[in-house]
Amino acid sequence: MAKGLVKFNEERCKGCELCVSVCPKKIVMLHETKLNSKGYHPACVIDIDSCIGCANCAVMCPDGAISVYQEDVEKSDE
Amino acid sequence: MKPVFEYTRGMLPEETTYCPGCTHGIAHRLIMEALDEKGLLGETIGVAPIGCSILAHHYMNIDMCESTHGRAPAIATGIRRVHPDKIVFTYQGDGDLASIGTGEIVHAAHRGERITSFFINNAIYGMTGGQMAPTSLLGQKTTTSMDGRMQELSGKPLRMAELIATIDGAVFVERVSLDSPGNVRKAKKAIRKAIEVQEKKLGFGFVEILSSCATNWGVTPVKALEWMRENMIPYYPLGNLKSPEEVK
Repeated sequence: MAKGLVKFNEERCKGCELCVSVCPKKIVMLHETKLNSKGYHPACVIDIDSCIGCANCAVMCPDGAISVYQEDVEKSDE
Repeated sequence: MKPVFEYTRGMLPEETTYCPGCTHGIAHRLIMEALDEKGLLGETIGVAPIGCSILAHHYMNIDMCESTHGRAPAIATGIRRVHPDKIVFTYQGDGDLASIGTGEIVHAAHRGERITSFFINNAIYGMTGGQMAPTSLLGQKTTTSMDGRMQELSGKPLRMAELIATIDGAVFVERVSLDSPGNVRKAKKAIRKAIEVQEKKLGFGFVEILSSCATNWGVTPVKALEWMRENMIPYYPLGNLKSPEEVK
């Protein structure tokens, strides 16, 4: 399965948790201690190795805080 | 690593003033993504409404005009007559389009103006503090219907997409929802089609976008999406009501 990478712009995040609710791997959560300058706990990924790069989190983010990248997977005949 | 999702350059870097979890941010982005993919950002003039999205022109990276309450389709009509080759759209909420601006939207559709209206339906007046809108559901508690909307007093919620679809001048009418990633992706397809209708100069296009208002519904943003799925979508069925052959 393709491996993904998610980048959060923590300053833009408003902690609404829409990304948390739609992650199929349940690896997005709000940071427990960190606060951004707006006073919200920003979202972060707890287990980036499980990320499949589906971009559901970024599609649901109303504040453009998330970018998603995917590792190029070479197609085999198998 | 190849990019799967990056914030569109159709949105300006400025952060929005919307409440956390407000789906206005998603709707703005989808329209701008669709325009950017078609290379139309420099060819588009948008008309912002009165309502929460009054500052849409601070966020969308296109030329925009502010309008008076409900009159966005009338202003868009004027822009269309002066700029026959530009893409012209209005972005309106339900207090704006379905209430004070009902006359304008109906007659813009009736004249078959070659504009596109994006109608954000969140079943409440957001900016003014959560009053009952024509689109509020039966039983929905708002600051002006404390015991829930009653049919005897306020009638049944207004289905704008169905209303507009009965008008001959409207050639593309679709209702979409922003409650899940799948539906957001479908919403973008509908928005792309609506813009294509205008590119091909076919007539008036209307996309109703079911949206949430966590603050005034009094729930968390995630619960608001669930409320949309459970209450709004059954009353406001999703899907295409009208589409010309050219964009099917």
